[in-house]
Amino acid sequence: MATGEVVHVHAAPQGFIRKYIFSLDHKVIGLQYYFLALTAVFVGMFLSLLMRVHMIWPTAVLPLVGEIKPETYLSLLTMHGTIMVFFVLTTAPQGGFGNYFLPIQIGAPDMAFPVLNMLSFWTTFVAFVVLLAAFFVTGGAPLHGWTGYAPLSALTNAGPGQQLGADLWITSIAIFCIASLMGALNFITTTLDLRAKGMTMMRMPLTCWAWFITAILGLLAFGVLLSAGILLLLDRNLGTSFYVPLVVVNGQIMGHKGGSPLLWQHLFWFFGHPEVYIAILPGMGVASQLLSTFSRKPIFGYKAMVYAIMAIGFLGFMVWGHHMFMSGMSPYSAFAFSLMTMAIGVPSAIKTFNWLGTLHKGRIRFQTPMLYAIGFVSLFVSGGLSGPFLAQPVLDIPLHDTAFVVGHFHLIMGVAAIFGMFAGTYYWFPKMFGRMMNETWGRVHFFITLAGTYCIFMPMHYLGMAGQPRRYSQFTELAYLQHLIPLNTFITYAAILTIGAQFIFVINLFWSMFKGPKSSDNPWEATTLEWTTATPPPHDNFGGRTPVVNHGPYEYSVPGAPRDFVMQTDPASVRTH
Amino acid sequence: MSDVAVQHGIAGAYEPSLFGTYSKKIGMWLFLLSDSLTFGALLFAYSYGRISNPDWPTPFGKASIANATIMTGCLLSSSLTMVLGVLAARRGDFRWTRWWIFATMVFGSAFIVLHAKEWSGLIGEGMTPFKNPWAPNVPQFGGTFFTLTGMHMLHVTIGVIYLGVVALRKKFLPVLLALWLIVWLVTPADSIFHIAVHVLLVGAVVAAVILFLKPKDYDAHDVEIAGLYWHFVDLVWMFIFPLVYLMSTRV
Repeated sequence: MATGEVVHVHAAPQGFIRKYIFSLDHKVIGLQYYFLALTAVFVGMFLSLLMRVHMIWPTAVLPLVGEIKPETYLSLLTMHGTIMVFFVLTTAPQGGFGNYFLPIQIGAPDMAFPVLNMLSFWTTFVAFVVLLAAFFVTGGAPLHGWTGYAPLSALTNAGPGQQLGADLWITSIAIFCIASLMGALNFITTTLDLRAKGMTMMRMPLTCWAWFITAILGLLAFGVLLSAGILLLLDRNLGTSFYVPLVVVNGQIMGHKGGSPLLWQHLFWFFGHPEVYIAILPGMGVASQLLSTFSRKPIFGYKAMVYAIMAIGFLGFMVWGHHMFMSGMSPYSAFAFSLMTMAIGVPSAIKTFNWLGTLHKGRIRFQTPMLYAIGFVSLFVSGGLSGPFLAQPVLDIPLHDTAFVVGHFHLIMGVAAIFGMFAGTYYWFPKMFGRMMNETWGRVHFFITLAGTYCIFMPMHYLGMAGQPRRYSQFTELAYLQHLIPLNTFITYAAILTIGAQFIFVINLFWSMFKGPKSSDNPWEATTLEWTTATPPPHDNFGGRTPVVNHGPYEYSVPGAPRDFVMQTDPASVRTH
Repeated sequence: MSDVAVQHGIAGAYEPSLFGTYSKKIGMWLFLLSDSLTFGALLFAYSYGRISNPDWPTPFGKASIANATIMTGCLLSSSLTMVLGVLAARRGDFRWTRWWIFATMVFGSAFIVLHAKEWSGLIGEGMTPFKNPWAPNVPQFGGTFFTLTGMHMLHVTIGVIYLGVVALRKKFLPVLLALWLIVWLVTPADSIFHIAVHVLLVGAVVAAVILFLKPKDYDAHDVEIAGLYWHFVDLVWMFIFPLVYLMSTRV
């Protein structure tokens, strides 16, 4: 069907339900994902607050929740991790921003499969509800951490939360896997198949590359987690023994034998390590986009950036074993996994130096989105530098079960990715809602969050080296940790301050949505396609026409050009770099 | 070329798609890619359990292997008829397409019935997901067997329903519902298939929703995409047959 004429038969839906609830429009679905993640992040943050308070004042009676028991602490830990990893770090950057901006940035009217897109969001929503339900069933939420290590996760009588709560947890994860698979399939097909004329792969913005590679990772990783989850459900409810050897719980011999807890770890981390990159790659894309835009310079080494994303994605599947050094592993395998893990440092360093190269001698505009992009790079480097430490089996073994690892992965996978989302929010807010966010409060939010983040997670490295174990609910009574209590208290106060500062963001977000100053179509003077269309974009993104792309995505400060940026849709006659 | 591009009537305004193909086909390939990882994980779990349990039982005698070979033959033949169906659809000969798809469905159903009989036999001998009569210390034998072959049987069943919908559209729904009712009534209440047959009911509901939302005729592309799925399911069996059956023969 190559008619080439502009016939817009796909009318915008009328009525509240078709328009906002069961919408097929990728922009509405993107916002749905975004607000789901926003809800989830506040739940997860509240849980972390409870955990920090409990660590310092273990017997304190808190309003609403009462005294936190050790098993409650483990439930909080599990739910915090699960909510943050699945429903925030996976949902917002990919499902939220990716859904909203991937089609617009490549010049498509919608995703390739709009119905699948809607199903994918609502499946995610169901998964979230099922997960939260675990709080309210007999025994409460599970205790086995977001990694769900067997045999703890596979035995129904291993603890109070290991009854129905753990079943709900696994069910939620399995549903989430299906949702993510649908989403990933849609992203890849859209990127391959719906690029506007002239939008070759090598003219795609780096955000699109990041979403594309992230989708590939999701497609390959979530299928494995789905299988692992099904087997875990069978172990729990049908009496199979995939993950459980002969074990004795409370003096009682369990019916399982011959299974291997290591099998769960292999399957889980084969998913789990790519998941780290699923969380961080979109942040890298956003950082690349913003650093170039706000430095008014082309991105340094576009092709190197693309190949680095690919290399990170590829190596991400080769290194799952480095999560299992502690589980006992042949030294030869450990060596191979260690080497592969160190190798990821190379593409990561390429990206970092390219970001710095982009900033070098740029005419930098320090607006809030840019601050967050710089913050992303800072956190990525700070968190990344402890990676090569942990990649060595000899160093990982003493550090693995300490707060060192907590500091490491929160900096690089948690907060860095969150900074990517903040950057994306401040940057794309004018396009999504037609108004600007408040700049002053944005800066206040940024500086408190950045300082707070470092105050929380940097000392954890020190705590870990001093031997403070992770996952322990109470250590205030342990003599050898007494001298660390002041530092822990400091972290808790820093956490309270940082969490408080997030309300600045939320108020700014909702206030600006209705009261912020109206924005123009291209407030940041950026070059990519989303800034060529109306604000907010019409139902089919470009109002019945399809853009024709003539330039690469980062044509800033072109010598001799009338403006300091050349839009991707500018006529081909405009000379570029 | 995707649904969206077609709907918007602006298909010519896009970059040529990958390998000149269209979105639905890419979507199916991607689904199969992720599904192969799902089966890959199950086969990994099987291999892991097998290697870590040295006294893995090898109970399959001549009769079982003969049965499994016939099942393999059914699937291989079904792939052949599927290819002929796709070729007929490409010629535009939808009468023959339908006949070849029916043949594929018959082979697929024969596979399911033979498989179900085999399951019933094994269950009758005392094999369950958590124990087996041949190696009491290796409960993984039953667990991996039923998980792997069950997951595969589910895929074959979905495949038969999928083909039925492509070939007959709404007319297939009563057939499916009748099949569900018959199997449900025929199987004894304590049989696993008495419960498992509800897959057909779920399949009928899902198919009805899809047919209601998109009441269109299926073209050669749809036949080809259904064929991709079918061949994949066939291919998975080519891993299960040697790994699960041929490696566990009674010598």
